[in-house]
Formats: sequence, structure tokens, C-alpha cells
Amino acid sequence: MSDPSPTPSADHPAGERDDLLAALKEAVVAAAIAFGLFALLIGIRTEQGPSGALVIVTRFGALAGFVAAAFVGRFIFAIARHRFTVPANFIVLPAIRKSAAAFSPYFALALLIFALLVPILFYRNNYLLDLAILIVTYIMLGFGLNIVVGLAGLLDLGYVAFYAVGAYSYALIAQDFGLSFWVCLPLAGIFAAFAGLLLGFPVLRLRGDYLAIVTLGFGEIIRLVLLNWQNLTGGPNGISGIPRPSFFGLPFNSSAHGFAATFGLHYSPTHRVVFLYYLILALALVTNWVTLRLRRLPIGRAWEALREDEIACRALGINTTTTKLTAFAMGAMFGGFAGAFFATRQSFISPESFTFSESALVLAIVVLGGMGSQLGVVLAATVMLGGFELFREFDQYRMLVFGAAMVAIVIYRPRGLVATRTPSVSLRQRKDIPADIVRGARTESPA
Amino acid sequence: MSAAPVLKVEHLTMRFGGLTAVSELSFDAGRREITALIGPNGAGKTTLFNCITGFYKPTVGRLLLTHSDGETFLLERLPEFRIAKEARVARTFQNVRLFAGMTLLENLIVAQHNKLMAASGFTVLGLLGSPSYARTERSAIDKARYWLDRVGLTDRADDPAGALPYGAQRRLEVARAMCTDPVLLCLDEPAAGLNNRESAELNGFLRAIRDEHGISILLIEHDMGVVMEISDRIVVLDYGIKIADGAPAEVRNDPSVIAAYLGVSDEEALTPQAERM
Repeated sequence: MSDPSPTPSADHPAGERDDLLAALKEAVVAAAIAFGLFALLIGIRTEQGPSGALVIVTRFGALAGFVAAAFVGRFIFAIARHRFTVPANFIVLPAIRKSAAAFSPYFALALLIFALLVPILFYRNNYLLDLAILIVTYIMLGFGLNIVVGLAGLLDLGYVAFYAVGAYSYALIAQDFGLSFWVCLPLAGIFAAFAGLLLGFPVLRLRGDYLAIVTLGFGEIIRLVLLNWQNLTGGPNGISGIPRPSFFGLPFNSSAHGFAATFGLHYSPTHRVVFLYYLILALALVTNWVTLRLRRLPIGRAWEALREDEIACRALGINTTTTKLTAFAMGAMFGGFAGAFFATRQSFISPESFTFSESALVLAIVVLGGMGSQLGVVLAATVMLGGFELFREFDQYRMLVFGAAMVAIVIYRPRGLVATRTPSVSLRQRKDIPADIVRGARTESPA
Repeated sequence: MSAAPVLKVEHLTMRFGGLTAVSELSFDAGRREITALIGPNGAGKTTLFNCITGFYKPTVGRLLLTHSDGETFLLERLPEFRIAKEARVARTFQNVRLFAGMTLLENLIVAQHNKLMAASGFTVLGLLGSPSYARTERSAIDKARYWLDRVGLTDRADDPAGALPYGAQRRLEVARAMCTDPVLLCLDEPAAGLNNRESAELNGFLRAIRDEHGISILLIEHDMGVVMEISDRIVVLDYGIKIADGAPAEVRNDPSVIAAYLGVSDEEALTPQAERM
């Protein structure tokens, strides 16, 4: 985008003509760029000719149409921008922002009640229940990553590694030792936390971009190990037949000892889905509770202080090594829990489920939600995964819409949907802190 | 009570490649005294601070810190967070380093991290909501409130530190350092950017820290009004070498000090700013 040219005063007669000229200039530039972009993309196309060989087909008409559209569009846009100046706080009026802040606790409560009622409201709709499980799984992953990225300010692009470690730990322990879900779940969390420590040690000195690259590599390493360690993980074939969860020992099947028979219900496969939903909801709520609690404990404050200024932390006697490692381990542990749930739900896992795009999705949820905000994670996960499903029919345009939505958010809410930070303690009155003062996961190098 | 100086700097040398920032520096900082470090830009004052607080490891030399109960620490052997935590040396920075996105109160509570961490049973007890942690946290808030009162920022306790004007940020940083219960407080240009009234207030505040709380202060300052008025002792550095060391009156008349401030006449360099105006 070009810089807005100085707006001439309205009473000046030459002002209007200057406006037109400037707009015309902008439009010509836009048309030239459009021509450069689309000349090869749209103007020329290869098609299979009658003899089977490729022939070049020119589509200059369509090209002219695109260029003309860019010219006219830009011209109108430029004129409109010169004529009407938009107030700076047009997007989010302070009053709206204020009322939203007062409203948010009720909103969170309403969301919780709705989440609890989902299986009852949509009992007959298996598709929606599955979607809800998926969304809550990502909410839980978002909560976990929020500790690392949102609170401690450590940009982690390899979060999926911990998800994978949790899933494989659960699958292997449950299959090889025949332990129940409730024993395997904490074990999976512990293994993932260890993986977090393992990642944490080499990256203690790194920050910003460098940290992001190393964590990205770590995620890929874990995936490649899973892919190639045939004896243990089954390689690309993955692990199948992972034990399904049972309702405190009662399996969800049509046998006489099953859940339905014990409670005198008609057997229905939906029982298991509902159970899984409440399971992941409980896990996510526990994660949320722990995170909110940690924020008000010294460790959580130290994480946030670390994000704000690491050198000041050290000058105040905070051991930044252990502080960072606990952030990695804690975030990884919740990722591991989510992984264990994923394994038991799917009953089949393979390295294909743990690609970089999963890390990117979870990070996008955290960043779009507003770093450090729990409610933001919930909203972003719902909007993104729900949006994906909503646009499933328009398969070809899904990524286009997704990209456009991302651009819109980056422009209008650069700090995420819920961008304010709530202080962890207050003397008189708790006031939310506007996002522009709070530091995000830093990308600049230390001073 | 130990009569030993709070900090003995012995033969301290700090080299960065071919550059010797501090060379063979030895001096004592007296207990319950304000020791000022002065010298032209690039004299090695901040380097010395970074050595004392562990951000740099000195090339040669010894830094001996003695607590009033006689316990001693060799600062050059400790990592920076243990210098703050165990040897109890607190510092401020030349370019203020606050936790901008956290409130004033939170800034002062983060400074009491180690005490709170122990009380929270390294998070486990705190997570379970132990009453002993709640008590410790309340006392931490009381302490924070006390220091906010002392620097006159109680009204803004719930505002983010980044929203404060510059002078207030400097005062908050000193308050934050005080919340760590230091034995030695190292202040890097606390009066920089303050107006005359503010720097007079700062003088009173630093004296109070020394007299009421019995804390030794090491001070880097360019504002001679502050230095001459409140220091018990002045150490003058030039190109990393100590050129004078003594009471303000002695240092003021030392010919080598006057020479170091070349280009500025003797009167101007070493008379308090307040008198000049």
C-alpha cells in the first residue's frame, strides 16, 4: 500500500484536481502491478491439444478484465480515502471495548454452560459432536501452548512434538502394559514434560526467531524419529488398536458388562462420543484452571516478567533457567495430555497426524486469540475450526477465505481477538492493560 | 555486626578482546555509606557494575561482599541471579528496565519472587491454595505498598509500569530493587533525565534508604549536584583506571580529577549543579 498523500484543504479549488491526479496515479500503479502479476498467471494457459501435446492458449480478454478491475477498484478506493477521513479509533470504539471487558466474565460463564450442554443439545447429531470434540482438543492444545508463548513469551513452532509424544506414550503404554486410561494419562503427560525439558535445555540461550527455528526443527525431529523407529512406533504404519477408553472399567460396547447394559440403557455408539466429549472438556477445564491459578503464583508472574524483560528478571534474583524450563515442561505436559486423549479417541495414530501444520494451527489459535488470553484461545479455536468446517463445501476457496480472515485480523486486531492483559493482583481496582504496552513473544534480539 | 566494608573490589580487570574497560581497580565501599562512581563517558563505570552484579565475569580480580553478620560472598564466582538472591546485591539499569506490561504492584511483587516461591512450596502448595502462601503474599503486597508510598506512586499501583512518565519509572525501578531486601544497592544514573526538584527528592530518598534501612549504596552519577551532596565517598574512574578516591571535598580539589574533565573549567565540572543555576 502507498502512503496516504497529504489531504488538500476543501476550500482550495486546485485541491480536487490534485486528488484526482493522485488517485489516477495510484490506480495506474495498481494496474501495472496487476498486469505484472496476472500476465503469466491468467494471460497464458497451457491446454492439452488434439494430438495430446500441450498448446498455449492466450486469454488476453480475461487479463484485461483483471487489470481493469484493479485500476477501477484502486481509483475508487483512493478517491474515497481522500474524501472521507476515517477516525483513528473507528474500528474499536473505547465504549465498546469497555463494555466488552465488563461483559467477558458473563460471556465466559455462558460459554461454559453452553459447552456443558453441547451433548444434550446435539445428541442426535454425531457430526457436530465430533466437531465439538475436535474444537475442545485444540482449545486444550491452545491452553498448553499459551503458557509457553503467551505467558513466558517463548515462541514455540514445534508444539506438535509434545502432542505426538503424549499420543505415542499413551498408545505404547496402554498396548504393551495393558494399563488403564487413567494410569496412562499422567504417564503420557510426564513423558511429554520430559520432552519439553529436553527441548528446553539446548534453547535456553535462544530467543525470538532463533528459538522459533530450533523448536521448528525439534518438532520435525520427533516426527522423523516416529517415522523411522520401526520397531517401537511401527513407522509410517502407525499404531492401531489402541485401547478405547472405558467408563471407570465399563467398556462402551453392547456386551452384558458394557456401560449401556449396566445402566439399563439401550446400547448406542453415541454414549462413547458423549463420554469422550466430557473427558476432553474436563481436561481442558483443568488445564484452564491450572493456568489461571499459575498466573497468580510466583512462577506465573516470573513467566510474564520473563516475557517483559529477561535481564531485569536476572537482576532481581529470578533463576531464568528453571523458569524457562518449567514453562516448557508445563506447556508440554498439557500437550501430552491432549495427545493421550487424541490416541484413545482415534484408536489409531501415525506420524501423519503430527506434521508442522498442526503446530502452525495451534500457534495461530494462540496468536489470533490474543497472547496470554484464555478466553481468546477458546474464541479463536472455535472460529478457526468451526470456520474450516463451515467452508468445507467450498473446498477450493477455504484457504482463500482463511487467508483473507488472517489478513483482516492482522490489520484490525493485530494483538489478537482478546488483546488486553488482566493483572494478576491489584491494590484497589483491577484494570485491564491495553495490548500495546504488553510485550508479545519477542522477535527482536536482546539489547 | 561486621566492621568490614560491604564490598571490597580488588585488582579488578575487565577486558573485551583488546579493549581494557576496567584496569587493576581496587576500592572499598563502606557499609551504610553512599559510594559514588564518577568519571567521563566510557570510563568503565557501567562495566564495573556489570561485574559486581554478575552480568560480566571479570577477567582478573576479586569482588568480596560481606554481610553484616560476617557472611562473605565472592561475587565473581556467582551467576547473576544468585548475586541478587543470596549475596543480595540489587541494581537498577541506565536505560530503565521495568516490566512494562505489568502493573506497578506486580513489578514490586515479582521482585519478591524467591521469598514467594519458597512460600508457595515451589508452586505445589500454592496451587492447592495453602493458607501460609496466602499470608506470605499478603505481606509481599504490604511491602510493595510501603515502597510505593515511599516513592509516591501508590495512586498508580494498578496502572501498567510502561504508562508511567520517565521520572516515575526511575523511582519505581529503585523501589523494585528495594523490594529484594538488598544489602548493597547499585544505582546506575538514577538522576538521569530528572529535573531539579525531582533530583532533590531523589537525594532525600537515597539518604533515607541509607539511614533508615541501613543499606549501602553504590552510585553511578553524572549529576554533580547529587554526587557531591549525598556521597560519603567518591571513586573517580578515567579510561578504566582509578584516578581519585576519597571524600567529596578531597576529590573536588584533586588536580588529576580536574584534568580528567578537560575542556570544562574546574569550577564548572565539580561545583554542584544547583549552585550553578
